[in-house]
Amino acid sequence: MYDFTYEKPTEIASATAILGKDDEAKALAGGQTFIPVLKQRLNKPTVVVDLAKLGLSGITVTPTTVTIGAMTTHAAVADSAEVAHAIPGLAHLASMIGDWQVRHRGTIGGSLANNDPSACYPAAVLALGATITTDRRSISADDYFQGMFTTALEQGELITSVTFPVPVASSYLKFKNPASRYAMVGVFIAKFDTGVRVAVTGASQSGVFRHTAFEAALSTNFTADAIAKIATPADGLNSDIHASADYRAHLIGVMARRAVAAAK
Amino acid sequence: MNVMFEGIGASMRRKEDLRFINGHGHYTDDINRPGQLYAIIRRSDRPHAKLLGIDTKAAKAAPGVIAVYTHADMAPDNLGGIPCGWQIHSKDGSPMAEPAHPILATGKVRHVGDPVAVVIAETRAQAKTAAELLEIDYEDLPAIAAVTDAIAPGAPVVHDEIGSNTCFDWHIGDKDMVDAAFARAAQTVKLDLTNNRLVPNAMETRCAIGEYDAMSGDYTLYTTSQNPHVIRLLMGAFVLHLPEHRLRVVAPDVGGGFGSKIYHYAEEALVTWCAGKLKRPVKWTADRSEAFMSDAHGRDHVSTAEMALDADGTFLALRVATIANMGAYLSTFAPAVPTYLYATLLAGVYKTPAVYAEVHAVFTNTVPVDAYRGAGRPEATFLLERLMDVIAHDTGHDRVELRRRNFIPADAFPYQTPVALQYDSGDYQTTLNKALANIAWDDFPARRAEAAGRGKLRGIGISTYVEACGIAPSKLVGQLGARAGLYEVANIRVHPTGSVTVFTGTHSHGQGHETTFAQLVADQLGIPFANVDVVHGDTNKIPFGMGTYGSRSLAVGGSAMVKAMDKIIAKGKKIAAHLMEASVEDIEFANGEFSVAGTDKKKTIGEIALTAYVPHNYPIDEIEPGLDETAFYDPKNFTFPGGCHICEVEIDPETGVTSVVNFVAVDDVGRVINPMIVEGQVQGGVAQGIGQALLEAAIYDDQAQLVSGSFMDYTMPRADDLPNILVGTETTLCTHNPLGVKGCGEVGAIGSPPAVINAVVDALRDYGVRHIDMPASPQKIWAIINAGAQKMAAE
Repeated sequence: MYDFTYEKPTEIASATAILGKDDEAKALAGGQTFIPVLKQRLNKPTVVVDLAKLGLSGITVTPTTVTIGAMTTHAAVADSAEVAHAIPGLAHLASMIGDWQVRHRGTIGGSLANNDPSACYPAAVLALGATITTDRRSISADDYFQGMFTTALEQGELITSVTFPVPVASSYLKFKNPASRYAMVGVFIAKFDTGVRVAVTGASQSGVFRHTAFEAALSTNFTADAIAKIATPADGLNSDIHASADYRAHLIGVMARRAVAAAK
Repeated sequence: MNVMFEGIGASMRRKEDLRFINGHGHYTDDINRPGQLYAIIRRSDRPHAKLLGIDTKAAKAAPGVIAVYTHADMAPDNLGGIPCGWQIHSKDGSPMAEPAHPILATGKVRHVGDPVAVVIAETRAQAKTAAELLEIDYEDLPAIAAVTDAIAPGAPVVHDEIGSNTCFDWHIGDKDMVDAAFARAAQTVKLDLTNNRLVPNAMETRCAIGEYDAMSGDYTLYTTSQNPHVIRLLMGAFVLHLPEHRLRVVAPDVGGGFGSKIYHYAEEALVTWCAGKLKRPVKWTADRSEAFMSDAHGRDHVSTAEMALDADGTFLALRVATIANMGAYLSTFAPAVPTYLYATLLAGVYKTPAVYAEVHAVFTNTVPVDAYRGAGRPEATFLLERLMDVIAHDTGHDRVELRRRNFIPADAFPYQTPVALQYDSGDYQTTLNKALANIAWDDFPARRAEAAGRGKLRGIGISTYVEACGIAPSKLVGQLGARAGLYEVANIRVHPTGSVTVFTGTHSHGQGHETTFAQLVADQLGIPFANVDVVHGDTNKIPFGMGTYGSRSLAVGGSAMVKAMDKIIAKGKKIAAHLMEASVEDIEFANGEFSVAGTDKKKTIGEIALTAYVPHNYPIDEIEPGLDETAFYDPKNFTFPGGCHICEVEIDPETGVTSVVNFVAVDDVGRVINPMIVEGQVQGGVAQGIGQALLEAAIYDDQAQLVSGSFMDYTMPRADDLPNILVGTETTLCTHNPLGVKGCGEVGAIGSPPAVINAVVDALRDYGVRHIDMPASPQKIWAIINAGAQKMAAE
């Protein structure tokens, strides 16, 4: 990696001040994407602001919401009995991210700020209609994701927590890229009294997206059969050595049907 | 007293694992020499380009930089290029094309990863930063990666001085006899297939440290090598022109090789030369991305196989044509792999009376290709064993009975094949029978039906194979083009109080030699296992050696130990005869004791050793003091392990994902010294075979850019990709080495890939599938199922 200045502030205001005034300053959350990027010299920050001492980790569960601090690790979410009870799909999703080491370092805030198109968390946030809280405002999931590696966050804006409404049922199924084990296709299904939301990650050139055709069908009939005949267009889906756009389109259907069957 | 059995046949725990498991292994990158500098190599990012100029000014001025070298800086020293250790002659008698392989590129770059310049700095980070400041002026040229593109008319030529991309066009076998058999055959079956290119990916990436002692003029190279003496020979004699007594090569703990660390690489010569220039040690350590584009790759064949059969399924003749990818330059043993380690195995376990094979080796703009676990024999086995199932498919013969009908019978050994090899021993019916029993072959239809009830397609596949290892008789390989002998060396040093140090020219980089060889020597000398230590990997400690590859360490290196121990025992008998006032002819040696036949007089080997080193009462006029013997053992033949692998898979038809649910291997590796180590070796080999069959592929695009250049895209097998692998052994002894051993290091990677693909094809039998090339990825299988489903829907 290239040389940079390392800061580890204890106040959110200090962190945002450093990040706000320098376009080349970068925030370090769990570092599970950022550190490899630095090691490969693909990024040359002036300052790295470590968020570990800002007190942003922790999980709060109420009868209607689950709020997860931005610096909460995937392992903490996966291991939380309260999360597993309230939103089983979310705990399951966290338990399948990366490997053991990644889950004990990687954080929900880091994942969402990076918005890797193959990351798992964006599917949960979008499908559940979560609210992303930052140091300065609240952003709805539908407004937050703006294409791969692009979000509504402003320069220097830090995610502090994410609040998920508790659904009636949920589930997440991921078809892993055979090599990287990132989501080649990941489908999160969230069933609310008001309707069903379906989000797909890993598949699209523009990052996570809502599958409105599946949502409409499932909102009237929450069964795998309800979407069995709905073909997902391959237009705009990724194509690489592991999966063509057609294969990804097919897998979206398979993963969605299995996710519906597994929802609880 | 309860004495634990620890001799030949005991599953002793591996001595070396204590330090490995506790993080105390000592690898090349763990070595740091006083005053050490760091080298970073700037490599070509172009597949094929003219090298017009390199501006080193900014790099030289960067902080911490000591030197920047390009080919032009090395040229005044008249260094040799990287040599090739094997020469093949084409059909027409002409020698293979052997293009220059400079340490740093000159004139052109020929593959992504071709070294262009080296930057030496006080720290690795400084060298890395400076290397980015090199300005390299390229003129891009059209590039080729696929062998079929290399031989197309008008193809870009990798080495202009050759005028084409042909390295050699070689053949073996009796063409006329094969043609005649095809002319009269009742039926013929043809199969086109590829053998996918693989990246070895040993856990430890390559590393080299050069050091120069200005007082003595001695050079030392610490390197991640499977054969330090071979590196000393090749680098000293051919590249740097250093005599052996001025060059020490040390290969300490090495974290896996699989063939990729056999070869002499440019980086070894580079750091050694730089150390001499700068009078300071120079270290280079590959990162993983660098390994992908600089470690020799494996496999990469495109072949056509045709079998002629009579009406009852008896094989009459086999005809094979293969195009083999050599990559951009000839790696050390590259020409031997698709010829004498491949085509000579095309008789397989079958008594096919006539075999003819043509091998066209070509240059491409890719990383050099050389031996990778199995080296030629996996390619031969995959071709034959896929062909077996395709014959069964096309002709309606049962795939097991077809194999049985054509097996070389157990009473036919020694068996001369039509492609040069003479198999000394084997029993293919027995290994087949045991494997069929172990996997409950006859009950498979019930398992398939049960899987169908769960929506899964279950298939079973078989592979019966023979391979040739324990390489090899020096005279024979010399005739075949090897530029070295392939004997092995052992020095057995019995210390004054009876403990033993074994110095071996083989090298252990995961094989567990420190345990197996200690067991062997302890058993033969009748001393405790704990009293034997094994030393390897240092040319200053070991008399000589050819290293470890081709499953040769026990068959050749172990045999050298037996020969050295024979000398120890013969000398010990003379000492014992003197001490016990008996005739040498009356001295017997057993269980660590020299005794006088027919009496109760005896001396332990410890007592004899002490006498040898404290020769107060000693036949000093007849023999020298000391008990320390060296033997060079040259094998009489290859060894021929064989056996049967059976794989069972389940395919999820909705996703195309294949799961290996059951795997049985029954291998004949000759006498087994340590069953646990054999089991581990076979399991590791099978893991790599499953990797090749289902997961791994080095993919170049049509511009010869390496697309799968990291673990983000190259699918290495992981623990959850692998089943429980049930390993069994059946033994026929090797008839020509003193231990009866054959070798177990590669059988797993040789036998398994066709078993896996045969199982996948079997699972998809209702979809009209005849053949699937490796890797059988989910995408590929889904496409087959999807096409089949659409066809069925249309009908």
